[in-house]
Amino acid sequence: MTTVHLQYFSTLRSQVGLGEETVVTSARTPEELWGELETRHRWNARRAHCAVAVNDDFAAWDSPLRDQDRVVFLTPVAGG
Amino acid sequence: MDFELSTEPLDVGQLRKRLQHPSAGALVDFEGWVRDHNEGRRVERLEYEAYTALALKEGQRILEAAKERFSLRAACAVHRTGLLEIGESAVWVGVSSDHRAEGFEACRWIIDRIKMSVPVWKREHYAGAEPEWVACHACTHAVEPVGSLGQELSEDHSSCGDDQGASGHHRHGHVHA
Repeated sequence: MTTVHLQYFSTLRSQVGLGEETVVTSARTPEELWGELETRHRWNARRAHCAVAVNDDFAAWDSPLRDQDRVVFLTPVAGG
Repeated sequence: MDFELSTEPLDVGQLRKRLQHPSAGALVDFEGWVRDHNEGRRVERLEYEAYTALALKEGQRILEAAKERFSLRAACAVHRTGLLEIGESAVWVGVSSDHRAEGFEACRWIIDRIKMSVPVWKREHYAGAEPEWVACHACTHAVEPVGSLGQELSEDHSSCGDDQGASGHHRHGHVHA
């Protein structure tokens, strides 16, 4: 099992009702972690429309998750 | 070459001074303002939220990529966070170059890229209704980091700019700025 720290922004933060959480997970990749948390929080967002950051940089959905990684799921941005 | 986030109102006069260079013959800048309407709804104010660590990193990469693509003497950009009132500057981009053509092109490229991949989100506040996070209905797609692309805007981005407002020349996203 791996311990990862999640930070939520924008619509995911509003839907989850948390700015951050720490989870112990069997997920091996951000993709698997998304699946697990989507089921738990029942958020309304499609992964295909999102990106993921691990340890403050963009990461591939199938990259390996390591213990104590900091993960952020990025819904489509809307700056400007 | 600096990308910054600011919780304070932008002082564009001061920011422009950063672009000064003895070899520069042109300054081009873009200022995105908070406007009072979007998609037929009256907007009272906007709230911007940033994933600071990555926004600074990605913003800096965009400015550096712009410097490689275009012949620039300087390039800077600042994005606001927090609650903004109508008329406030939400984002500012400025470049200086020897001649104007490069400057216009680079400034446009930078603001387009910022809107595409810098992790900043906005929430619209309305009179008598709950605030809502703004999503791009026309073209919902994942963030495309500047480093991961062939540096060209893909075709599907060109169709979804809503070109609203005096400043509306973006190709992507809902343009409050």
